[in-house]
Amino acid sequence: MNTNVDTKTATPPRQTATMQGDTRAPGSDTPSLSIAMEERKAFRANPAKASADKLDFWYGSNQALKNINLVIPEHQVTALIGPSGCGKSTFLRCFNRMHDLQADTRYGGAITLRPDNVNLVGPETDPIEVRMRIGMVFQKPNPFPKSVFENVAYGLRLRGINNKADLAERVEKALRGAAIWDEVKDRLNDSALALSGGQMQRVCISRALATEPEILLFDEPTSALDPIATAKIEELISELRQHVTILIVTHNMQQAARVSDFTAFMYLGELVEVDATSKIFTNPSKKATEDYITGRYG
Amino acid sequence: MAATTLTLEQIRRGLSWRKQLDKVFIAIGMALLFGCLAILAILFFDLVRDGSSRFGWDFFTSFPSRKAENAGILSAAVGTMLIMVVTALVALPVGVAAAIYLEEYAPKNWFTGIIEINVTNLAGVPSIIYGLLALGLFVYQFNFGQSVLTAGLTLALLILPIVIVATRESLRSVPRAIREAAYGLGATRWEVTKDHVLPYSTGGILTGLILGLSRAIGETAPLITIGALSFIAFLPPSPVSGEFPFLNFEWLMSEFTAMPIQMFNWVSRPDQAFQSNAAAAGAILLGMTLAMNAVAIWIRYRFRKKISW
Repeated sequence: MNTNVDTKTATPPRQTATMQGDTRAPGSDTPSLSIAMEERKAFRANPAKASADKLDFWYGSNQALKNINLVIPEHQVTALIGPSGCGKSTFLRCFNRMHDLQADTRYGGAITLRPDNVNLVGPETDPIEVRMRIGMVFQKPNPFPKSVFENVAYGLRLRGINNKADLAERVEKALRGAAIWDEVKDRLNDSALALSGGQMQRVCISRALATEPEILLFDEPTSALDPIATAKIEELISELRQHVTILIVTHNMQQAARVSDFTAFMYLGELVEVDATSKIFTNPSKKATEDYITGRYG
Repeated sequence: MAATTLTLEQIRRGLSWRKQLDKVFIAIGMALLFGCLAILAILFFDLVRDGSSRFGWDFFTSFPSRKAENAGILSAAVGTMLIMVVTALVALPVGVAAAIYLEEYAPKNWFTGIIEINVTNLAGVPSIIYGLLALGLFVYQFNFGQSVLTAGLTLALLILPIVIVATRESLRSVPRAIREAAYGLGATRWEVTKDHVLPYSTGGILTGLILGLSRAIGETAPLITIGALSFIAFLPPSPVSGEFPFLNFEWLMSEFTAMPIQMFNWVSRPDQAFQSNAAAAGAILLGMTLAMNAVAIWIRYRFRKKISW
């Protein structure tokens, strides 16, 4: 029984702890930093698709988000990372007003969608209008217990598209977009519940893509999937950025490093740091970010 | 350390004792279960045996008669079926609508809290109270008379709480993730309800309705209270007619009798021969109830197979 205690204390010290001082030195000319500089230029160069401005959010009297300021660059993947309970999912769900489904929730500040400058969380903005513009993919694959075709077609039907040929064309396009067309083209009329977990999640991505959203939100989309299905989804996310702006919450830091262009680190309801992903993972400017990505907590 | 470490010997001895306890529990459970089922089976076979002399085509196609051997259940069976149709057609839409409102739309506050508690309590109100309510409201106030309509409405009121509770249960079992998926695509609350929540809970709703009907089919007290006749030698006008518009609603206002009332009437006759009639009618009524429950189970099974979260 005592052996457990021994192995814990015997954990070797993390290497980064000793490297802190060097890599942070200003003006150091390491290759990784210059790449980061390139990306930071890109960060400024990319037009903003949306921006959170002094965003606050309350569950009842409990403030879950505090003064969040974040720019979401167009056609880029922005990852939200942070320990459980830091508010990253809460923040993500503000973008399509999912919180409105619960009683006793309140927004403060603004999320401005470009180019028409609609405040997504403003009381004057209809949450349904917001959800028609911004798609979401959830943590657990949640296809409707209907056929694959009807799953993808549902959003289109809501938008008044009922023409058969038109629907078929758009459904195929969405399924191709989510790299699952070849796997399901012969079973479009089978129940989506008969698919594997990874396939279901890609059908859910197709369902969100079919309506051509301006921003696509991913809430830990691979946490219920095996590594192979995860790899497929990650590859897909990287490709999708050409067509849509992506915001992804992930618990998996390697995933954030693999798929995202920019990473925002959140802690206790606040945005601690946001930067180009390579910069965040090699040379974060805040101590808390570094502690988190090196696995010291969270 | 040593105190908590068991030898293999000790582990095996302890485990065999615990497994014995498991078997004892299974034995007790099986004994109780089969005891209950045996009582029901004995009751059913007793009714069948007592009524065996009366089973035959004539019994189903004859009106009641002063002579036991000529009497049948035609008017009672038809009356029961028509009442059940009215009950189902009223209880289903009203109950489902009420449940949808309470579950999907109503804000959670003290007022809806009181409504919810009362709906649940209504299921426990004695059925004769519903009979009194119906007598005052439907018979005298609305002048529906002692009709199929009044009986159907009364029994609909009686099973409304059952339908509401079963429907709410069923709506609630649709996972939040499914609702969020639909809302996330831009659906309104009504679209989420109509396209998803309601279709996915149809199995549970129909099961609740049928269980409610199988309770209503045996209710006697409220029907006697509203004044059902026990001796009717005619059938209500047919609902289907040969001329336009082919449907006829006169049967709604027709006087009626029902299976349990016919049984009650026969049981209270001094002539022993009528007891056989009562037993035969009882067996048929019990058979109807069991058949309805079987349909409910089948529906639930089919929907469960189709939808698994």
